[in-house]
Order: sequence, then structure tokens, then C-alpha cells
Amino acid sequence: MDNSIKMYADEVNFFYGKTHALKDINLNIYKNHVTAIIGPSGCGKSTFIRLLNRMNELVPNTSLLGGIYMDGMDIFGPSVDAVEIRRQVGMVFQKPNPFPKSIFDNISYGLKVNGIKDRLFIEEKVEWSLKKAALWPEVKDRLHDSALRLSGGQQQRLCIARSLAVESEVILFDEPCASLDPISTAKIEELITELKKEYTIVIVTHNMQQAARVSDYTAFFLMGELIEFGKTQDIFTKPNDPKTEAYITGRFG
Amino acid sequence: MKEKIYKWIFTILAFSSLVFLVGIVFVLFKESLPIFSKISIGDFVLGKFWYPTYSPPEFGILPLILASAWVTLGAVIVCVPLGVGSALYLNELASFRQRRLLKPLIELLASIPSVVYGFFGMVVLTPFIQKIFHLPTGLTALNASFILGLMATPTVCSIAEDALSYVPHSFREASFAVGANRWQTLTQVIIPAAGSGISTAVILGMSRAIGETMTVLMVAGGSAVIPHTFLEPVRPMTAAIAAEMGEAPMGSSHYHALFAIALILFLITFVFNIIAEVISRKFRIKLGLSG
Repeated sequence: MDNSIKMYADEVNFFYGKTHALKDINLNIYKNHVTAIIGPSGCGKSTFIRLLNRMNELVPNTSLLGGIYMDGMDIFGPSVDAVEIRRQVGMVFQKPNPFPKSIFDNISYGLKVNGIKDRLFIEEKVEWSLKKAALWPEVKDRLHDSALRLSGGQQQRLCIARSLAVESEVILFDEPCASLDPISTAKIEELITELKKEYTIVIVTHNMQQAARVSDYTAFFLMGELIEFGKTQDIFTKPNDPKTEAYITGRFG
Repeated sequence: MKEKIYKWIFTILAFSSLVFLVGIVFVLFKESLPIFSKISIGDFVLGKFWYPTYSPPEFGILPLILASAWVTLGAVIVCVPLGVGSALYLNELASFRQRRLLKPLIELLASIPSVVYGFFGMVVLTPFIQKIFHLPTGLTALNASFILGLMATPTVCSIAEDALSYVPHSFREASFAVGANRWQTLTQVIIPAAGSGISTAVILGMSRAIGETMTVLMVAGGSAVIPHTFLEPVRPMTAAIAAEMGEAPMGSSHYHALFAIALILFLITFVFNIIAEVISRKFRIKLGLSG
């Protein structure tokens, strides 16, 4: 497998007003691997992945020091368009958030806002991304039904398909299973494992077993600091830092 | 025991508005029905001539209905861009500080007494309209439309703003996450999602405009003739009732005819409000909020 670095954080410090939310984060995100970010609430893990697609900019009064690089380029560089970054780095949220539109339109929306008008291409792309997200067999006969009538798990896979359609290279999952039942969760995890063959994946999770199941690398955040980063099996079997050990064995968090 | 008394007091207070509503509707019906023994409903509503004091009198209220329709339409043309536009600005573009300054200012527009609006229309707008269009009088449907539109703007703005703020933040995030820009997110996700809430705002704005009395009495010109353009003086239904009630002898046909106008006006605004309620309920269901 390709072990090259897709994205990396270089001395990242992030502030909400005066609150120092992330402190000197250095972290590599390997291509075609799943990187899990774990840590207790408020440790900065969501803040961190929201930097990877420049989503944090939408929050007023924040500031960033240091840089985040993708394919060697600073994504916060002066000539870089945040909108383009967000297309390349897709995001799936904690709560499934399909638009109140049809299943078809949910996916075609991303294509349309990126300037694609060719109807045939859009139809093919919708089918392709629904297949990739393992949702096609369940919805192929009702593409024009409202997406809000799908179950939570189906909605979440629709949100994944939405991101795949715009040809994202990296997909960020912000606690994607927090509101799903165990069966839907298993499907999403299976899908993540499948998707990493072609995509680079970062997942924030509260669920330690989930991190152990799906990820190749794990980063442990605590109070805005990156305590430990390494191969998932190492982090879970022989952590270097006593704080990591305390967290993964459930002593706090 | 004490709690029971409180409960009763508040229950009675809450239901008193229902009692008043029923009372008003009852009086409207009771006082307007006699006119329909002299003239059919069709001739009343579609009659082209309103000469209530002639002998024999004519009670055709079509000119009044059309006058109300014209000024309401005109008011909508004014208040929709103003109200919805400011709601979009407040909700999507304004910084926290701009919002904190502007929102109360727009709401302040609603607290200006209608007679002041009317006065403004008479003194400022009337000569202006007269000069621009070379009219014999500036007191016209256009004048009333503009002032009514201004008056309905805060209603439209604050309801539309509520509708926009109910659109979950997650829709915005979802849109940005697939690479949409602010403008695309606004026009293709947020406005459609808030669409029915915005229509509710517009309908309630219309309801406000059609029921407004003092302003139209002062600036619409008062002529009970079927209007053909916005530049003619008109007499909307509310203005007719307010202007004529004082001189109509109690119990006369004229008196009953004015009550019948009020009844029709009530029915129109009632329908408007029901439509608004139905749409806004659908809106809340669509966004997954409680119905």
C-alpha cells in the first residue's frame, strides 16, 4: 500500500477568540489509510478536522497559526480558494444532514454548484456515487423521493455519496455514527474500510472500539494537545503515554 | 386550593379572546345580514357603483374591493423586496454588531402609529408623486401602496427572518462541505428551505396591508371609482367604513352595507391567516421541527 502523506499539520495553533483550542499540533495523514482522532469532549478533535477542510473559517473571531498542507501545498495559502478545498476534502457530519430535497437532488447539488450542467453526466455520477456509498440498491427506484424519508443510516450513506460525487480525495467523518443504531453503524464502518482503497479518511470518534476497528492510525488529543500518534494497534496495545493508556482503558473521558 | 384558583383565572383569561372573536363575528353577521334582503350578495360584491347616499342608493362594492386589491398588491411589491431582502441580510450577511443595531431599528418601524405614516404620505409623498407624474392630486393608489408597503415591511422582515433562522445550521455546513459558495448556499439551499416560511411572511404582510385603515384614509384619495392605474385616487374597503360610518344613520341600509363590507374584509383576512398557518405548519414539518 502507498504510504505517502496526503495531508499534514505543521505546528498548528488555533484560537477561538482568546481560547487556545489547539496547541502545537504536528500530525501526518497518510494516503489511503484511515486516521482516527480520539479524545474526550472538548479536546479539540472536532476543531482539528474542521481545519482540514477550512470549515472553521465560517466561525467568526477565530485565528490560526501554523499550516495545514495537502499534497505539499498550504491549504490556507493566499492563492488557495476555500471553496475548492472543501470540494477536495469532503465532510460527513455527526448528525446526517441531507438537504430537504430529493435523493437525486441531494447528490446533484454538489455537481451543479461546481459548474457541471451536463444532465447525462450528472445522472451517471449520481448512480456511481450511490453505488460507491452502498446505497444504490435501496434507493434506485425512488431517486426522486425526499431524502428526509430515508432512515438515519441511509441518510448518512447519502451524505457520504454526496461527498464522493464531487470527487473528494479526502473524506472527513465527524463522529458519523453518533446518532445511528448498531446495524447502521456496522454498515458505515464497512463502507469506510471499503472507501480507503481510493480515498484518504479521517474520522473523529468517541467510540474506542470503532477507532480500533476501522482505523490504521490513531491520534489521541487531550485539552488541545496531541498526546500521542501512531499505528492504531500500537496505540491500543502498548501506548507510550500513561494518559493515552488511561483514556483507552476508560479511566476518564 | 390556591393553585386551582390561579388555574381558573388564567384559563378564563386565555379563553376570553375566543369569546371576543365569537362576539365580533356574531355582531358582523347580525348587522350585515339586513342589507342582503335589499340587494343580492352578487350585486353587492360585483356592483360597479357605490353611491350609498343617493336616492335611490347603490350599494356595489366592487370599486372598494378593487381599490383594496390594488393597494395591497402595490404594498406587496414594495414590502417583499424590502422585508425579505432585509431578513436575508440580517440572517446571512450582517455581522453580529450590524444585526444588533438593525433589527431593533426595523422593528421600530412597526411601532410608528399609522397616523404618522399617513401624515408622512400626505406631506412628503403626495407633492412628490403629483410633480413627477403631473397629476391633479398626489393622493393615489401608488401613494397608499408605498406607505402600506413600508408599514408591512417589519412584519414581513421579522417573520421571514424567523423562517431563515429556523433553517438548521447543518444545511449550511452540508452545502459548504460540497464546495458551494455563500451565494449558492443562500439561493439554492437556505431560501428554498425557508421558502414556505417566507411565503407565510408575505401573506401576513398582505393581511396587514389590506386591513390597514388610517393610512389609506389619509393618502389613498378616497374616490369610490373602479381604478385603472396606480395613479388614480381610490377608496379601499377599510377607508370606506371608517369615513362613512359616522354619517350613516344607525339601522339604515348604508349602515348595514358598511357592516357587510367589514364582514367581507374579515373573511378575506381570515382566509389569509389560515393560508399562512397551513403553509407555516408544512414548513415546520419539512424542516423536521415539531408541528
